[in-house]
Amino acid sequence: MLAAHLPALQVVIPLMAAPLCAIFRRGYLGWLIAVAANWFAFAAAILLVFRVLEEGTISYAMGGWVPPIGIEYRVDIINVFVLLVVTGVGSVIIPFARAGTAARFNNTDQAWFYTMYLLALTGLLGVTITGDAFNIFVFLEISSLASYVMIAMGRDRRALTAAYQYLIMGTIGATFIVLGVGMLWAMTGTLNLADLAERIPEVSDTRPVLVALAFLTVGISLKLALFPLHLWLPNAYAYAPAVASAFLAGTATKVAIYLFVRIFYTVFGGSGFFSTTPLPEMFLVLSVVAMFAASVVAVFQDDVKRMFAYSSVAQIGFITLGISFVTEAGLTAAMVHLFNHAIMKAGIFLMLGAIMFRLASVQIDDLAGIGRKMPITMAGIVILGLGLLGVPGTSGFISKWWLVLAALENGHWWLVALIVLASLVTMLYVGRVVEVAYFREPSAKVAVMREAPASMLIPAYVLVLATIYFGLETNWSVGLAEQAAAKLMSAVY
Amino acid sequence: MNEFLADLNYWVTIFLLVGGLYIITAHGNMVKKLVGLAIFQSSVYLLFISPGKILGGTAPIIAPGFDVYSNPLPHVLILTAIVVGVATIALGLAIVVRIHEAYGTIEDDEVHDLEAD
Amino acid sequence: MRDTVILRVVVKVLLPAILMFALYVQFHGEYGPGGGFQAGVAAAAAVILYGMVFGIAEARKVVPRSIVNTMIPLGVLIFAGTGVVSILLGENYLDYTPLGSKPAKGQHLGILVVEFGVFVTVASTMLAIFYVFGGRADEADEKAKNEEGGE
Repeated sequence: MLAAHLPALQVVIPLMAAPLCAIFRRGYLGWLIAVAANWFAFAAAILLVFRVLEEGTISYAMGGWVPPIGIEYRVDIINVFVLLVVTGVGSVIIPFARAGTAARFNNTDQAWFYTMYLLALTGLLGVTITGDAFNIFVFLEISSLASYVMIAMGRDRRALTAAYQYLIMGTIGATFIVLGVGMLWAMTGTLNLADLAERIPEVSDTRPVLVALAFLTVGISLKLALFPLHLWLPNAYAYAPAVASAFLAGTATKVAIYLFVRIFYTVFGGSGFFSTTPLPEMFLVLSVVAMFAASVVAVFQDDVKRMFAYSSVAQIGFITLGISFVTEAGLTAAMVHLFNHAIMKAGIFLMLGAIMFRLASVQIDDLAGIGRKMPITMAGIVILGLGLLGVPGTSGFISKWWLVLAALENGHWWLVALIVLASLVTMLYVGRVVEVAYFREPSAKVAVMREAPASMLIPAYVLVLATIYFGLETNWSVGLAEQAAAKLMSAVY
Repeated sequence: MNEFLADLNYWVTIFLLVGGLYIITAHGNMVKKLVGLAIFQSSVYLLFISPGKILGGTAPIIAPGFDVYSNPLPHVLILTAIVVGVATIALGLAIVVRIHEAYGTIEDDEVHDLEAD
Repeated sequence: MRDTVILRVVVKVLLPAILMFALYVQFHGEYGPGGGFQAGVAAAAAVILYGMVFGIAEARKVVPRSIVNTMIPLGVLIFAGTGVVSILLGENYLDYTPLGSKPAKGQHLGILVVEFGVFVTVASTMLAIFYVFGGRADEADEKAKNEEGGE
């Protein structure tokens, strides 16, 4: 009976769990609720994948109001893939949270933290699953507001300014998105995404639609931290609690990227904007600049969390590069890298969280010799770092491989050289961490340290193993990504 | 002039939009930035509400004697957007209070200087 | 301001009217302009007005913070729970039709319950914002006083 309601349950389970955490206000209970809700949501996403593979697109009418009048939850191969990534990464991260939050917060604050986590999850899943343009804005703001709170709960006072900066930038981005949606609604009279895709071609040469496209482009680019709109991201990831950094790096920008392809391919794809506007070229240039500029800045960061935050901006550049090709191969590369990068970056931030838990610092000078005292944690960082680099045998290689294939298909030989070069810059900052951790004498502080607790290492290692597994066995990640890419391209004329 | 008046709502929308953005970028005071943000967001409310009004239309409740109704959809949407706006501003102000407690100032550049130390 | 007799008397006369108006807006919401959001703000405004004239400490005696903090999630739970009830009754999420004997009755009941959930959350959230912002200075003063005394 419940199977028919899976699209609603996907969002409702974390939504119901969030107030439960806030009512009981007990840290341990809140954690249990959060873990249970997240795992249920993951199970729902897996079941949805199978249903979509079997039956194709599922449409769920909220409140029984038939779309396009009512709000529709529309699950197709594209967003079910993203749902899987978001819930999957979340279910691995949240067990990690217990030790760190219990050590830092009192019972009430712990419960609020889990409430915010669940609300952020609700919002991200809602953005992904909904087929209604205004609903996207509402869920986007739910997840953003919850993430501002999570970031502000970081241990450094700079977390507060990071959260404030993110709040301002994020709200501008969301308001731009809703402005774009408003203009589209005024021109077409509908908010349903599928309906919009049908009606936009009739009015595609009017100026409001073009302005709407511009607002949506800037708004979503702010949310996904596309260079040069990424300024909020490094501080937000660097000073947020480890769980929040890992969760946001693994899911929030990924959902924004999903939104990007959904709006540009599914909604605007049929209106010829890829050939009449210089959008693809613009994104190509910005992506390449992001790949290099952010990587180079990352090399010079002394805060390792901040270093990998900049690395996120660079990796997002790789993803948008694939999107900018407007080919099936490019989109496959983007979707595969979305999947792989979510796992790798979440893993790295969890490992850094484990170090933070023991050492209370992730400044690179403090990490001297940590490879000897926390060998398991550091080994994990090295493997995930190799994944970021794109070494064969890790999932990072698969995404780079597809990206290179897509570039070749378009005849961009010079881009292949740039992709390889950007990967080499990645090696510089990963190498810097490795050098400090393994080849320097431990400082007095590091010398007395112990390995991180198992409750932290196990979730982090699940992500490490996933990085290796998806580097060898690509049926799932690439298979689903290929189908999603084909579906996206089918809407483009 | 009549054309200008006919589009008055949209002129005000643009004014609020640009004015709000200007305040956000031009002022260093964090509370003033939030005020700018609120103004910026209110431009959206006007943009949505404007096309929903139909001349001579009444409240969208079916009753004998009335057959022209205003579009209720934008009101519902904007009520939601206002709630989101209120939540954002409240959260922003709460963060500013905490910033004041942690840094002793809410001026952008002063906070920046303190962070650099 | 607390010594102004006129203000105190006027507020005491106004409070029941404001609360009545909130309830009117609340229960009028399903067939006319109104609803839980507006009603919640009006009800919270009554308590906030009381707190502004008689002091936040007095307002907290009327509506304690612990109750407010429980009411915020409770309202969300009522709203979201209504949808789950419709799923359990075999309809789509938030489809109120099966809640009553006739579809119209079900819709009527459903929207009332949902609006009640909205009312609870909005009223308590507004109060929580007022308490937190308004009480912050008092708490800081007290803290400073305690610290001075300790030294």
